Amino acid sequence: MTKYLVRRLLGAIPLILGIATIVFFAVNLAPGDPTLYYISPGMTQEVVEQMRVNFGLDEPVHIRYVKWLGAMLTGDFGYSFSHSRPVLDVLADFLPNTLILSACALTVAFLFGIVLGTLQAIRQYSFRDSALSVVLLFFYSMPSFWLALMLILTFSLFARNVWEWPIWFPASGMMSTDYEFLSFGAKVRDRLAHLVLPTTSLACVLTAGIARYMRGSMLEVIRQDYVRTARAKGLSERVVVFKHALRNALLPIITLLGLFIPVLFSGTIFIETIFAWPGMGRTIYEAILTRDYPVVMAGSFFFATMVVVANLLADVLYAWVDPRIRYE
Amino acid sequence: MSEAPRPRALGGLLPGLPQLLAGRWGSGGTALLVWVGCLWILVTRFGRVTAAFAGAWDERVAVGTLLTGLTVAWAWSWRDASPGALPKQVGVSQWDLALRAFSRNRTAVAGLMVIVALYMVALLTPLLAPLDPNFQGALLTERYVGLSGAHPLGTDQFARDVLSRLLYGARISLLIGFVSVGISVTIGTLVGAIAGFLGGWVDGVLMRVVDIVISFPQLVLLITIIAFFEPSIFLIVAVLGLTLWPNTARVVRGEVLSLREREFVQAAIALGYSKRRIILRHLIPNALAPVIVAATLGIGQTIVLEAGLSFLGLGVQPPTPSWGTMVADGRNVLLNAWWLSTFPGLAIVFTVLSFNLVGDGLRDALDPRLRT
Repeated sequence: MTKYLVRRLLGAIPLILGIATIVFFAVNLAPGDPTLYYISPGMTQEVVEQMRVNFGLDEPVHIRYVKWLGAMLTGDFGYSFSHSRPVLDVLADFLPNTLILSACALTVAFLFGIVLGTLQAIRQYSFRDSALSVVLLFFYSMPSFWLALMLILTFSLFARNVWEWPIWFPASGMMSTDYEFLSFGAKVRDRLAHLVLPTTSLACVLTAGIARYMRGSMLEVIRQDYVRTARAKGLSERVVVFKHALRNALLPIITLLGLFIPVLFSGTIFIETIFAWPGMGRTIYEAILTRDYPVVMAGSFFFATMVVVANLLADVLYAWVDPRIRYE
Repeated sequence: MSEAPRPRALGGLLPGLPQLLAGRWGSGGTALLVWVGCLWILVTRFGRVTAAFAGAWDERVAVGTLLTGLTVAWAWSWRDASPGALPKQVGVSQWDLALRAFSRNRTAVAGLMVIVALYMVALLTPLLAPLDPNFQGALLTERYVGLSGAHPLGTDQFARDVLSRLLYGARISLLIGFVSVGISVTIGTLVGAIAGFLGGWVDGVLMRVVDIVISFPQLVLLITIIAFFEPSIFLIVAVLGLTLWPNTARVVRGEVLSLREREFVQAAIALGYSKRRIILRHLIPNALAPVIVAATLGIGQTIVLEAGLSFLGLGVQPPTPSWGTMVADGRNVLLNAWWLSTFPGLAIVFTVLSFNLVGDGLRDALDPRLRT
């Protein structure tokens, strides 16, 4: 196990270096000069040249690559063009917000996905199974940005202004403008209310995906001999399903963690932009539009590294919870 | 006379009917749908059809599609139901079994019918759409008009007809989905087959590349490349095609690894066939089943991705209608003009849903382990 862990960790290093290289060249080989986004009319040529030197764009690409890689290995991600402060500070501001949102979405998605998939599998080919299949595939086919808009339309705008429902959810930001003046309980409620719509729109696609896998996994387990034995010795259906089948069916679901993290991060770009959520996804998107090279590079590097780590974690977790899996 | 003159006569009258009566509702329904649809366009828009003969190239394509659709649906149904036709050979090849399994799957067949209808709509749009997609009505009075007789799905911020734009938008989505999946599947299959067959350092290098591309949040890479170059339809197709291949490569490699040990491949190696020939003639054809499934599901994913890029303003550029852009157009006027974002989104959902249904159906049909 330790040997396997070490081998996987060592294998991840060239992967991360490769990612860093692609990130760098995808950004730096693009035509055009990012300095032009930051000059104001009337600046003299000398000032523009000085800015280019400050941005570190005056050197040839291969020199910049070596310098960037060296600096990055010591934890220095450079200086953001548009935020005018170190990239790490920018990340430190926005990354936690993305992690809150992602964690909520993942929890909701795994919870609902596992429950729905199980409900389908224990009555295969029933009306419930096929109806849920179609509904889940419907959500699986849905672009998250459209779902987000529809949720805003229904549960925020129409609920509040047209139908005048007693409950509606805020459609933007992480907290209300009067957040500072609220009592502690109201603060918590305010934060939660702001989480509802973004989490739902992020989690829907994932839930549908997880439920599809869960159904398949559960169906496979239910056909196993030990489940038949459990039934044969007279255990109640509940014990059979939840204690014998579900636990084993959950194992392959762990690997989905690695599979769905990239989907989740791609989703945050839309969801954070739509809900004005101050997170990494929106920051990267804005950085791309303003050609803030250091933030784009650091942000996508962090995203990609987290994907690698999540994959690693999923595999190790899988090997740990299922002793039958043996890695050489 | 033979036993079945009546269905054939019906087939001459209404294509697809004999097949429907025989219980083959998938093929019969499709033929009927295509024929009735084309006839309806021909009758209700006869003036436009005659004018389109001399029109732009897309109008001429539409007329061609219309006439082909009418002829093919009718001729196929007639021949298929003809008593003189040879009795159907009951095939037992992998593909025959898969076809039979697929046609028993009602939702998958329904999905396939929707896809056929969508491609027909995409080709026939110039005849079908009520208005030109870029025609602007009176800006003072006809902006953000709700659902009405003149504009069944309302109008947008430039007083353009949403229904017309929706129909034209189908072209972009289907075209981009089809072409970029074509590119990515070709690359993925070749890379996967080469890596799996040659093994060794080639395999090591290619699979590391696959690992790197897969760990990337696709959207970030796509947005970066597209934003830094000029967004255009060619760039989008190319970038989507070049970033989506690793999944196919993984699937094909896995398949090839097991095929490599099979007798017929060993025999081909022993006969001294070139590597090229073994890969192209022996390995790839036999690894195709999972590729077809992945490609069908991939078209759905690609359509969502393209819509997402367009939503962010990095896809197909205005004024060309694209579903993603249309959803984005409605974003700031959700409360006052809810139809602007809603309908293009529904179009995306149903298109992608159809591809996913067909993909699932194909997987069930092509995977012998699931067949009962």
